[in-house]
Amino acid sequence: MLAEIEKYKKAELSSDIFWFKAAATNAFPENGGACVKYKDLQIAVFNFTRRGEWYACQNLCPHKMQMILSRGMIGSCENEPKVACPFHKKTFSLKDGKNLNGDECTITTYPVKVEDGFVFVGFDSHY
Amino acid sequence: MQKVIVIGNGMVGYKFCEKLMAADPDRRFKVTVFGEEPWPAYDRVHLSAYFSGSKAADLLMAPLSWYTDNGIDLRTKELIVQIDRAKKCVHSHLGNIMEYDYLVLATGSSAFVPQIAGVEKKGVFVYRTLEDLDAMKSFGKQVRSAAVLGGGLLGLEAAKAVMDMGLQTHVVEFASRLMPRQLDESGAGILQAKLEELGITIHLNKQTSAIKGNGKLAGLEFVDGNSLDVDMLVISAGIRSRDELGAGAGLETAPRGGFVVNEFLQTCDPSIFAIGEAASCAGMVYGLVAPGYEMAAQVVNQLTQQKAKPFMGFDMSTKLKLIGVEVASFGDALGELEPSRSIVYENKDKGIYKRINISSDGKRLLGGVLVGDSSTYNMLLQMVQNDMPLPPEPEDLILGARGDKGGSNGMGVENLPATAQVCSCENVTKADLCGSIQAGATEIGALKTCTKAGTGCGGCLPLINDLLMVELKSMGKVVKNVICEHFDYSRQELLDLVKIKGIRSYDSLLDEFGHGDGCETCKPLVASILASTWNELITKQDTIQDTNDRFLANIQKGGTYSVVPRIPGGEITPEKLIVIGQVAQKYGLYTKITGGQRIDLFGARVDHLPDIWEELINAGFESGHAYGKSLRTVKSCVGSTWCRYGVQDSVSFAIQVEERYRGLRSPHKLKGGVSGCTRECAEAQSKDFGIIATEKGWNLYVCGNGGSKPQQTILLANDLDTDTCLSYIDRFLMFYIKTAEPLNRTATWLNKMEGGIDYLRDVIVNDCLGIGAELEREMAFMIDTYACEWKEVVNNPELRAKFKHFVNVEEPDPQVAFGPMRGQKIPVGWAG
Ligand SMILES: Cc1cc2nc3c(=O)[nH]c(=O)nc-3n(C[C@H](O)[C@H](O)[C@H](O)COP(=O)(O)OP(=O)(O)OC[C@H]3O[C@@H](n4cnc5c(N)ncnc54)[C@H](O)[C@@H]3O)c2cc1C
Repeated sequence: MLAEIEKYKKAELSSDIFWFKAAATNAFPENGGACVKYKDLQIAVFNFTRRGEWYACQNLCPHKMQMILSRGMIGSCENEPKVACPFHKKTFSLKDGKNLNGDECTITTYPVKVEDGFVFVGFDSHY
Repeated sequence: MQKVIVIGNGMVGYKFCEKLMAADPDRRFKVTVFGEEPWPAYDRVHLSAYFSGSKAADLLMAPLSWYTDNGIDLRTKELIVQIDRAKKCVHSHLGNIMEYDYLVLATGSSAFVPQIAGVEKKGVFVYRTLEDLDAMKSFGKQVRSAAVLGGGLLGLEAAKAVMDMGLQTHVVEFASRLMPRQLDESGAGILQAKLEELGITIHLNKQTSAIKGNGKLAGLEFVDGNSLDVDMLVISAGIRSRDELGAGAGLETAPRGGFVVNEFLQTCDPSIFAIGEAASCAGMVYGLVAPGYEMAAQVVNQLTQQKAKPFMGFDMSTKLKLIGVEVASFGDALGELEPSRSIVYENKDKGIYKRINISSDGKRLLGGVLVGDSSTYNMLLQMVQNDMPLPPEPEDLILGARGDKGGSNGMGVENLPATAQVCSCENVTKADLCGSIQAGATEIGALKTCTKAGTGCGGCLPLINDLLMVELKSMGKVVKNVICEHFDYSRQELLDLVKIKGIRSYDSLLDEFGHGDGCETCKPLVASILASTWNELITKQDTIQDTNDRFLANIQKGGTYSVVPRIPGGEITPEKLIVIGQVAQKYGLYTKITGGQRIDLFGARVDHLPDIWEELINAGFESGHAYGKSLRTVKSCVGSTWCRYGVQDSVSFAIQVEERYRGLRSPHKLKGGVSGCTRECAEAQSKDFGIIATEKGWNLYVCGNGGSKPQQTILLANDLDTDTCLSYIDRFLMFYIKTAEPLNRTATWLNKMEGGIDYLRDVIVNDCLGIGAELEREMAFMIDTYACEWKEVVNNPELRAKFKHFVNVEEPDPQVAFGPMRGQKIPVGWAG
């Protein structure tokens, strides 16, 4: 189980970036998320239309180890963009992955860019 | 640096460390703690939670890292066996010797085990430590019955624990009533009746003479010649302080146990203190945490040269937790300490007993007993502790203000003096709390963090909440039930806005009346309001729905969903049953009959949901809305068509009612029931609305629910014809939808309603607000515009495409995994 979480940390951008072409922008619902597969990782990508922003994070909710965050509702907490896990409503910052309920578990986030109608997620090129 | 050694890492020993760390930021003290138990200090008060699933780690007062971070040398599994006062050092069983400048004895107590022949037998337990519970748990698996020796506070808690283990439970008490130290005869009688209802057998006036059995316990023998056969025994006959270190060290111990200390918690050796259950202060050992914490605080004050209050006794008021019966006693509960008069309210039918004792001059409340309803405990305790004046009619304190006097009975938090101690575990006063609220802690979480109030036993939390509300109001802040940071409106106000302004989407509501980007609280709430007002398909705005409403199915462990087709009234043809079976077989679904007379199919992959529904819809099924805050089922008995007792056709009526309100979105789920005669086989009286047939028509009951806080319905109107019954339900449901707070069931809604059922009846039956016709019209709109959401999705390729796990590959979630159970499958891999 722990190994599962470690994978996502390992893929976090540290030195060289690799931009993975995930899917066309219209694959992601407005103000919502969808899940993409990259190698053995599941990544939740959010189209935060209201803010004109895109975010990506691990799809795995660390609380009960469930592949689910892409189906969570997004929103803001004092202007910090966040996602809420559908299972127990743990909320995480989409910016840095920190837990906004004051619990210990956090998630890994990844950079996103949009080019020519496609969404790209940035991973460490060594992953 | 001065060396402090603490012997015992229990609740009080820990609290001492915590308070010392807070009072000594410069770390002038070097603290070493010896604890005999294998784990760091844990919350013994909530020990029973260990039976209901909490792990040892959840119960810890602080994680191991806390001790290291604070430079405390914690040595678990190390017993101190000797104190050498001359050399000022202690010896541990491992042979370690360590010197101290100050020694704190926080050795607590152990369960007192009376000298009964055979107590050493296998199957005899005490209820004190995590290890005791582990031993009970594993032994309890092999046996069928258990007795608890002792019907006091702890004994009854232990009884509940063994009952939850599924054992036949007996309580054996020496006195002539339960909880003899806290309750009087009548109060104990009501408690006993309630416990017997739960299935616990109570044996009073029983002195145990021997424990039977050959090596392993087989039963108890009593002095009166009777006996009781049981497989397991839990002894809860009181506590005995752990003062065994006293004799060797020449420290005085009390005849009934405990290190003798003065009002500054000092033993005869001024460098040695005793606190918690290990201390005997003025001849008294205090078997509760709050006095122990107070002792810890006073010793810390002395060490850090702050003002120390002499410890002059402590209030022993208590509330029984867990057993499923509310019991509390406070102050001079039995009216024994000074001449007093008592006022008693007893309602055997409802299982309520309340007694208050009033000083003979009629001016002060001295104490009392509450059984069956302890909601006023906190306020009454405060009145006693603060010598607050009694209201003109003291009986209002236990009966509530009656008649048209209305409102206040002197029990509001606003009447508390500033010095009132609101949280006794952490010794936090009303003034402390108000100060923090004014300094900006305007939310319950923040208030708890900065004052620590409510973090101990939690019993004062309702009071803290009230205080927060009152204080905010007095600061001129509008205290409104606003739904979250994004909307400064209550649910009812938002609903009105949506309707009056004709708003049909979440985004436009947020733009016009909210701020920020929304959240998981306001999104589904607004979604529900929009659905209750316009009844448009919820799939149109799918990302503001909870995942269940977004995927029109119930999410389950592992991320798969369950599917519940509607089976109105629980009536189904064999042909349809076969289809359900075939679909379940084809998609490998776990099937189970629900409590609401339908069938739940578990383990469906998100990408299979539309295919599954296509097949169900082709066979004539529609969505059961099990995923929504909406009408679930209308349960029925078979009624007059088949049943020889039935007086009306309950199945036909249930189907009619269920089809009338199917798909109706509401603040919380809705359940109904229809019974064909007064035997009430449909259990309609535990539903949001229940209909029971009479010779003349239907009786309509409302506002009940099952679940964790079951509540019975109340009769709204009787002997109604079918049409009137339906129009009353129309009005009732619409009124609920329009005025309830989010996620309040009808029962909670009614409980909060000013005027209660009489007012509700006035609105629904007598139409006192003149809105009856409007409510019916609004409901008629809902009924006319109903459409099955699943049918829409199945026939719409664009909506269908949203049901997949990955958007960049055509694969299901590789993490979904199942294991076998009784010939079906269950999900695996759910952490913790
Ligand atoms: C099931 C249960 C429910 C309870 N419910 C409530 C309640 O609702 N409200 C309430 O106020 N109170 C309740 N209590 C009582 C409360 O738990 C105690 O008052 C409190 O734990 C006392 O704390 P303490 O630190 O004095 O003793 P303890 O918590 O007993 O700690 C003493 C520790 O010292 C260790 N020790 C003893 N001798 C040595 C030695 N020589 N060397 C090293 N270590 C030693 C012991 O192993 C133990 O770990 C309950 C108790 C139980 C068992």
